[in-house]
Amino acid sequence: MGGSMAIGQYVPGNSLIHKLDPRTKIIIIFFYVIIVFFANNAASYGLLSAFVIISLINTRIPIRFVLKGLTPVWFLILFTFILHLFVTKEGEVIYQLFTLEIYSGGVKQGLMISLRFGLLIFMTSLLTLTTTPIEITDAIEALLHPLNKVKFPVHELALMMSISLRFIPTLMQETDKISKAQASRGVDFRTGPIKERIKAIVPLLVPLFVSAFKRAEELAMAMESRGYQGGEGRSKLRELRFLVKDYLIFGLFILLTIGLLMIRQ
Amino acid sequence: MGIPLVEFNNVSFRYNEQSSWALKNCSFIIEKDEWIAIIGHNGSGKSTIAKLMNGLLFPSEGEILINGVELTHETVWDIRRDIGMVFQNPDNQFVGATVQDDIAFGMENRGMERELMIERIESSLQAVEMTEYRLIEPHRLSGGQKQRIAIAGILAVSPSLLILDEATVMLDPRGRSEIMSTVAELRVAESLSLITITHDLNEVAQADKVIVLNQGEIWKVTEPRQLFTEKVTLKNMGLDIPFITALVDELKKRKIEIENEPLNDKELLEELWTLHLKT
Amino acid sequence: MDITFKNVSYTYQAGSPFSHQALNDVSFHIPTGSFVAIIGHTGSGKSTLIQHLNGLTIPTEGIVEVGPFTLSKDKKQKDIKSLRSKVGAVFQYPEHQLFEETVAKDIAFGPTNFGVSETEINRRIKEIVPKVGLDAELLERSPFELSGGQMRRVAIAGVLATKPEVFVLDEPTAGLDPRGQKEIMNMFSDIHHSEKVTTILVTHNMEDALKYADHVIIMNKGKVYMEGKPEEVLLKTDELRQVNLDVPESILFLKNYLKKFALQEELSVKSITELADFIKETYKGDYL
Repeated sequence: MGGSMAIGQYVPGNSLIHKLDPRTKIIIIFFYVIIVFFANNAASYGLLSAFVIISLINTRIPIRFVLKGLTPVWFLILFTFILHLFVTKEGEVIYQLFTLEIYSGGVKQGLMISLRFGLLIFMTSLLTLTTTPIEITDAIEALLHPLNKVKFPVHELALMMSISLRFIPTLMQETDKISKAQASRGVDFRTGPIKERIKAIVPLLVPLFVSAFKRAEELAMAMESRGYQGGEGRSKLRELRFLVKDYLIFGLFILLTIGLLMIRQ
Repeated sequence: MGIPLVEFNNVSFRYNEQSSWALKNCSFIIEKDEWIAIIGHNGSGKSTIAKLMNGLLFPSEGEILINGVELTHETVWDIRRDIGMVFQNPDNQFVGATVQDDIAFGMENRGMERELMIERIESSLQAVEMTEYRLIEPHRLSGGQKQRIAIAGILAVSPSLLILDEATVMLDPRGRSEIMSTVAELRVAESLSLITITHDLNEVAQADKVIVLNQGEIWKVTEPRQLFTEKVTLKNMGLDIPFITALVDELKKRKIEIENEPLNDKELLEELWTLHLKT
Repeated sequence: MDITFKNVSYTYQAGSPFSHQALNDVSFHIPTGSFVAIIGHTGSGKSTLIQHLNGLTIPTEGIVEVGPFTLSKDKKQKDIKSLRSKVGAVFQYPEHQLFEETVAKDIAFGPTNFGVSETEINRRIKEIVPKVGLDAELLERSPFELSGGQMRRVAIAGVLATKPEVFVLDEPTAGLDPRGQKEIMNMFSDIHHSEKVTTILVTHNMEDALKYADHVIIMNKGKVYMEGKPEEVLLKTDELRQVNLDVPESILFLKNYLKKFALQEELSVKSITELADFIKETYKGDYL
């Protein structure tokens, strides 16, 4: 959720959350997503919000930066709110405009659902803001490790992800370069009717594909010549280790869950 | 002399039955601790030779022995452990997310212990003088720096042969000279045998031996000094003539009798000085 | 077309924490018909500089004038396409821009975009293909079946086919073997003289700058570090070394020669033959 737009937004830092094992962060987010659905009154929402806010403060990332990164999502939250406002017909009518009636239950429901939605988004972007994409890849590989037993290609998947991440900046540069070269040959990417603009993408896409294939071929050759034979028998430089702080965070999260269950109605 | 490091016996190669021969009946021997330059114009088959040595391609005819072992599908993985190869495009051989991850890649493939990897990363970064770049991502490095990291990744698994397959072609002059001086130092420090594949004659001068390829065939195996005198042939093969050789040529045309074949500024100046004293 | 830079500065991602000034108060003038070499190592701003010549980038400060076209941040550029039809750009590894099904179609792509008629394009292709050293048989082949060197020539033909008045060449020979390099450079030099175009060559190759250019601009850290006639600028070995640039071998040798024979002259030579003539005259010692 919001992952694709937050990726690449990693903000380097030295906070506790930055330094947590990426697996810890992923596991906690996973369970957070579940317990959010148990919240059903102001106190329980307050508790969950406090957890997110304290975490955000801990990262020392300027709040404005975080909010700016979430701009596209605000619309969605607002939309959810309005939808519930009009659809829910519980409680008393508090406002009436012609045939439109807004009930107090609708406001309450709308607020709760949007808050829940907002909390989920903040929580997931906490991961991408404080964790490099490669750490996330490592964590996914480690967490999916048990699937190896059912012949799921975990190592290959992780390698694919990390190589894609590695080549994103390279391909961005390449796109810029080729679009400049084609612009110099008279291609207009910016103006003109839609049909023309779609046609203008072909001279950009074909060279990009050709070059991506060539890179893949050369990379495969380089990897082979460096002795790559697949995941078997490989050791790893990147090592994930749960430290005391990770266990403490897990403990804290369990307390949070118990607290939540106690104060919900 | 013991067993030669690399031995090509009548090796021919083509991509398929229909295509023309990329390499025709090549035989040569490379001894341990030698620096061999392989030169030829683009399409002369020089990169094919490199890929054959590393088992990235297999000969259509003939045989290749590395350290006395024939290169086959069975032996290829063992042989690759002993050969490091740097390719032309700096971007397309950088696997890791950061410098240290890339250097580790070869060691990870060999299943090395993590502690040993950390140690080796440090020492090979020192060898290419890039210690402060350990955690940097590849897109922040210049082409020359990426190539030095590629070399560091090879040093980390300490092979006995390093092949540079046109590794400096895409670099600017500064990157080029950095790589060449790094390699020249490492060769001694790490007792590496070296094969440089190039069309740049300036990279040939330091080598012990030169293999000149022309249209898939070995035209000559010789020493750099000897090669530079064969101006007409070099020109016909689409190769350059070093500046000093060209100048000596012009001087000879002007009846200035230079006797030895000078290889650099200093040697030519000495020659001229001797002539000057004679008059 | 005359080219003038007036106090041009360019900053990437201005106003963000990642902002980076690539050009800093650059001014120079290139008269029509010159052959200018722009030299500087990676990151000196030379790539940014040439992107101003056909409006790929617009200066954040200052003015760029290319013939009748003016580029500045205050002025909306409407006729940028006609500027681009007059300025032909060959970027590094131009073969990466090929995309059409056949060589002929790819060569025709630029001129078609600029509204050149089909008959005229076909006429131009016939004229250009031998000029760049391509076989006319290749015209109906896919560009992706060709060798790297041939692809480079197709890409260059595609730029020639737009008949530009200004050539912008960004290391057009990078990666080619010596013969290919020489052929491509000689071709540009021939076109420069026969068509009376203005040529701007970005290069690392000092020998090429000395051989082909009549003016050099040396860039360093986004500024013009030195400019002038190549045989004068490239003689300043100390200044060149200060910014990590090579000195042409012929000039290096000349300097050593002058030192060894204790000659005082400040002489400039452009070619090996000139150098040999000079040595012939002086080495015997009548000069000493």
